[in-house]
Amino acid sequence: MLEKKDNNFNSPSKLNDELKSTITPAAAPSKLQMREMGPLRAMAASFGLPRLIIASFLLLMFIVAPFVGNDFWTQISNVINRFSWNAILVLAMVPMIHSGCGLNFGLPLGIISGLLGATLSIELGFTGPGSFLAAIAIATPIAIVLGGGYGWLLNRIKGGEMMIATYVGFSSVSFMCMMWLLLPYHSPTMVWGFAGKGLRTTISLEGFYSEVLANFLAIRVGENFKIPTGTLLFIALMAFLMWAFLHTKTGTAMTAVGSNPTFAKAAGVNVDRMRLLSVVISTWLGALGILVYEQGFGFIQLYNAPFYMALPTVSAILIGGASVNKASIANVVIGTFLFQGMVTMTPTVMNSVIHMDMSEVIRVIVSQGMILYALTRKTEGGGR
Amino acid sequence: MQENKSFGAKALEFIRNNIVPILFIIICAFCIPLSGFTPSYLLNEIVTRMGRNIFLILCLLIPIMAGMGLNFAMTLGAMAGEIALIFVSDWQIWGIPGVVLAMILQIPFSILLGLLCGSILNRAKGREMITSYIISFFMNGLYQLVVLFMMGSIIPIKHFSVKLPRGYGIRNTVSLLNMRQCLDNLLAVNIKGVKIPVLTFLIIGVLCLFIIWFRKTKLGQDMRAVGQDMEVARAAGINVEHTRLISIVISTVMAGFGMIIYLQNMGNIATYSSHSQIGMFCIAALLVGGASVDKASIGNVFLGVILFHTMFIVAPRAGAAITGDSMIGEYFRVFCSYGVITIALVMYETKKRRSQNRTAQELARAAAEETAKEAAK
Amino acid sequence: MSNAPLLEMRNIQKDFFGNQVLTDINLTLREGEVLGLCGENGAGKSTLMKILFGMDVIRETGGFGGEILLNGEKVEFATPFEALAAGIGMVHQEFSLIPGFTATENILLNREPQKHSVLSEVFGERLNTLNRKEMDVRSAAAIERMGVHIDADMTISSMPVGHKQFTEIARELSKEQLKLLILDEPTAVLTEKEAEALLESIRNMSKRGIAIIFITHRLHEILAVCNKVVVMRDGRVVQDVPAAETSVSEITRNMVGRSVETGGNTREVRDVSGLRTMMSIRKLWVDMPSELVRGVDLDIKEGEILGIGGLAGQGKLGIPNGIMGMYEAGGTVILDGEEIPLGHPRKCLDASMAFVSEDRRGVGLLLDESLEWNVSFAAMQIQNKYLKKLFGGLFTWRNERAIREVTEKYVDELAIKCTSTKQKAKELSGGNQQKICLAKAFALEPKFLFASEPTRGIDVGAKALVLEALRKFNRESGVTVVMISSELEELRSICDRIAIVSGGRISGILPATASSEEFGMLMVSQVV
Repeated sequence: MLEKKDNNFNSPSKLNDELKSTITPAAAPSKLQMREMGPLRAMAASFGLPRLIIASFLLLMFIVAPFVGNDFWTQISNVINRFSWNAILVLAMVPMIHSGCGLNFGLPLGIISGLLGATLSIELGFTGPGSFLAAIAIATPIAIVLGGGYGWLLNRIKGGEMMIATYVGFSSVSFMCMMWLLLPYHSPTMVWGFAGKGLRTTISLEGFYSEVLANFLAIRVGENFKIPTGTLLFIALMAFLMWAFLHTKTGTAMTAVGSNPTFAKAAGVNVDRMRLLSVVISTWLGALGILVYEQGFGFIQLYNAPFYMALPTVSAILIGGASVNKASIANVVIGTFLFQGMVTMTPTVMNSVIHMDMSEVIRVIVSQGMILYALTRKTEGGGR
Repeated sequence: MQENKSFGAKALEFIRNNIVPILFIIICAFCIPLSGFTPSYLLNEIVTRMGRNIFLILCLLIPIMAGMGLNFAMTLGAMAGEIALIFVSDWQIWGIPGVVLAMILQIPFSILLGLLCGSILNRAKGREMITSYIISFFMNGLYQLVVLFMMGSIIPIKHFSVKLPRGYGIRNTVSLLNMRQCLDNLLAVNIKGVKIPVLTFLIIGVLCLFIIWFRKTKLGQDMRAVGQDMEVARAAGINVEHTRLISIVISTVMAGFGMIIYLQNMGNIATYSSHSQIGMFCIAALLVGGASVDKASIGNVFLGVILFHTMFIVAPRAGAAITGDSMIGEYFRVFCSYGVITIALVMYETKKRRSQNRTAQELARAAAEETAKEAAK
Repeated sequence: MSNAPLLEMRNIQKDFFGNQVLTDINLTLREGEVLGLCGENGAGKSTLMKILFGMDVIRETGGFGGEILLNGEKVEFATPFEALAAGIGMVHQEFSLIPGFTATENILLNREPQKHSVLSEVFGERLNTLNRKEMDVRSAAAIERMGVHIDADMTISSMPVGHKQFTEIARELSKEQLKLLILDEPTAVLTEKEAEALLESIRNMSKRGIAIIFITHRLHEILAVCNKVVVMRDGRVVQDVPAAETSVSEITRNMVGRSVETGGNTREVRDVSGLRTMMSIRKLWVDMPSELVRGVDLDIKEGEILGIGGLAGQGKLGIPNGIMGMYEAGGTVILDGEEIPLGHPRKCLDASMAFVSEDRRGVGLLLDESLEWNVSFAAMQIQNKYLKKLFGGLFTWRNERAIREVTEKYVDELAIKCTSTKQKAKELSGGNQQKICLAKAFALEPKFLFASEPTRGIDVGAKALVLEALRKFNRESGVTVVMISSELEELRSICDRIAIVSGGRISGILPATASSEEFGMLMVSQVV
């Protein structure tokens, strides 16, 4: 049976072809004109209205803070610290966005790898800075295996990545909830005192790697101002590595896969392998990110804690100006700073101004609103 | 070729198409004896939960029919229901009149929310599910803003049992003691210790009839058409956007009713958390019943509720019996809910791709056969 | 009853932003008449039908000139729905059916007979219930009018293709007001028998007074059922005669023949028969939707420019796409004595082949990236060009300067109009985008190049430049070029030999100097 035309799978392409062949010569210049028409508006559009609003909101916070009795330097210090905890997690979004896998709602998988690394490192008796290195060393193979499986799954369900990523994240977190109870951990610093087994929900890192990066070359001014130089340097290093990776041959191929997978395929790139690689890198960065977060925060949080870590991270990079299929290192830095700035500044300032702690509510509205905004925007280009 | 399928192949296909319900039947069969519950207790619990949940789950059917997938934004209707109940309890109207008033009151709220949600989803065609999922979070933020900060300060809320002591905002728990199970108890029948909330089931029955009837209407037909192929429906003159919008509005309004039935059974509102998990549990239950992202029936709803909630009831006790830790069972049932949604989503996406491949394979085979024939000549 | 014809189109003109596609079209059609409309792809048939049907595309691109009269009255359709209301029905090339609905449901889609109920009185018309009985009656009547039996209760997804086509026709027939039915290549998907049934049904409909415009490439079908034949070429009507007074060969000649033989004949054409075979293709089949290749045998000589022509949908595009691994394919392809495995774009590129895709925006370009990326990407990935090695080869780094240089080189050579090499590909006009695609292929420095529809959708000036670039590339670097195009004249202007594809096979190879009629006969020889 010769099906020259079948409803299910070739009619759109054929229709497009037909339309293209008739209208393209005309449509192309008109599009060009449109672009030339409003360079100013185009600039505003490229910066993004939501980002503009959030940036000015944050600026307003900084200006208002001293007047309502909050110490300006404490605030700055807080924002920088929060930034240093979260930046790597946000950076973990970049590879998957680049390869066209969309926003990594499956970040909890990476976080779980990190948590396994952290707990195993302590269980195996590492202490001090060594425990941090050991945690990374243990987390890495776990992240590669989990990321590999996750990437394989995402390659089978192209087009539905984001929803499935979300639920892969959730399932793995809830699965690990059982595992934290069942795995034979014994270290007295981690298990419940009375039962002698099952990990606690929160584990202090005092004596392990609490603030190992942050205290490296830390700059302290008085009581309230501290810059976690080591962490910032580490972030800079990772960002540099990511930037460098995107400039290599493989990194270039990855970006092309995200930009137009058919183009990449025609140019001889193995699209599935690139996507898999990006997922593995994202997962590994997620693992690293949670370790950096823990060293800043000083505690390991288990059980339900990783559940909702993906959403703030996703919205952070979107606030930074990324879209569902484009992201840069600058987006990461700006986004993390704006988002964490908002998170840290609003409670204190709000409280001082109107004596109402609306910060949580504002955070939810802004971050989810940002994701919604990105999802409803039409994705441009791409040959899908 | 298709007719001669062996029994084994048929059975395999049946198992593959119904893997989720089968898995749950096995889990339940395994856990029920371990939990040590008496049959009458179990039956009682299941019947109660059916009355409590079925209405909520039924509201998911219509968006699936319209091709918009699982409506994670059904929480919006739940929020509308809660807001209505908060007002009603502030006005101290109890019992059946309170329930009826709340039901009427929630309609405008959920229509408004449904319109908002529907128009956002119309802008995100092809990724409705993730978008509706995010909408539920986003609206949760707005809900908190309204309930925690505006109620009592801007929106008049008087009664001390509802309002927080600080003068604005709603308490974490609003007691509905005075209307607790008033629907369920009316006309309730007790058969051998199993209480059957006849009125609630009657309401559910009416809703089922409504859905069956709705499928036969012009609007229902349009929704099915839009759900299967938006472009063809548009070419035939159906207003696609409007049809999708209506499906979401109906779903939201029904979720509002469902939430009120749910809460009158529970007897209190956990103001800030009642709605947050409801979407997930309803969706999981529906999928456990054998529904998929693009196909769901009333039968799926009933089977799903029974299986899912049986698992829900017995898992903690069974988990404790095996490991000695009741938390294991708690986590296990959460894991099951998420896991089942994950499996259903993955199956839906792979099926979509498989069907595409099949067409291609058929074509290739035809071409190859012809080439072979050619070679033979 | 006035004596005015059912449909009259007078002096129809249409241009797409200065690009004249229809000039002075006049058509008349009487009740019950069957008009066969033929012409090469791009001759303007589709555009003409879109105008008649009031499609959005026409209005969005500036409307059209001339007037349309229906029963002697001037009409102007703002949307297809108005055309439908006036009694014009169209069966498009793409199926417009809901896969999960039965034939009946599809036939009456959005025109279902309904029953009122109390609820619909309150909440509006859309809550009427469907009158299934009446639906069955009406669809049965429509199927009866068509004269071909199909199962009204079968869902579309489980139907054979032919029945889908008949469902569409029945849908048009179920419209009471239908006076004129346009059938756009309806037999392309039908088997012999089904096509025969369709022709019979056309005769039936015509007897009932329905006028039909029948578009097809199968010319013998036209002669079998039509009252008159209209042939279009380059946006003009070149022949309008009763079907009895013409023949397949005359129609063919009119379809492809140009009024003046341009360039083609005066140009010196190289004789390639003595040259070594560069690529030999045996029993190639390609599963490219709507461009199925069924069994192609072809030898390509070293250093020649081979043209591949043929009507759309016959498989000419499938050949390069299948060989280059974009679609599933089978058969053997031997390049320079070595077999190229099919389905691996990488292997083809490694073997020094390059491909300029006909789908510029979908396959050819990274629209969101810079010109530099577009030009250099393939060469970088395949041949490790424009890379620096750092730390003794531990890292391979993009050499931005080399990338810029090569891009600038091609921007100069091909006269690409852009603000800088950093400009995004999507901001360029169609012609310049096409040149970027060529530059991408040239940067690979291939010994064998497939150029698939390199001039599709670009303006005349750019076309000449693109063709010249290809010719220069062939002559100066000795690269073997295979160019696929639906415009015969274009092929004749630069190719040495031209192979014509028909029905998924090569129907013949002629030197570029052969006459239009010869090519025309090959084009329609095995049309499916």
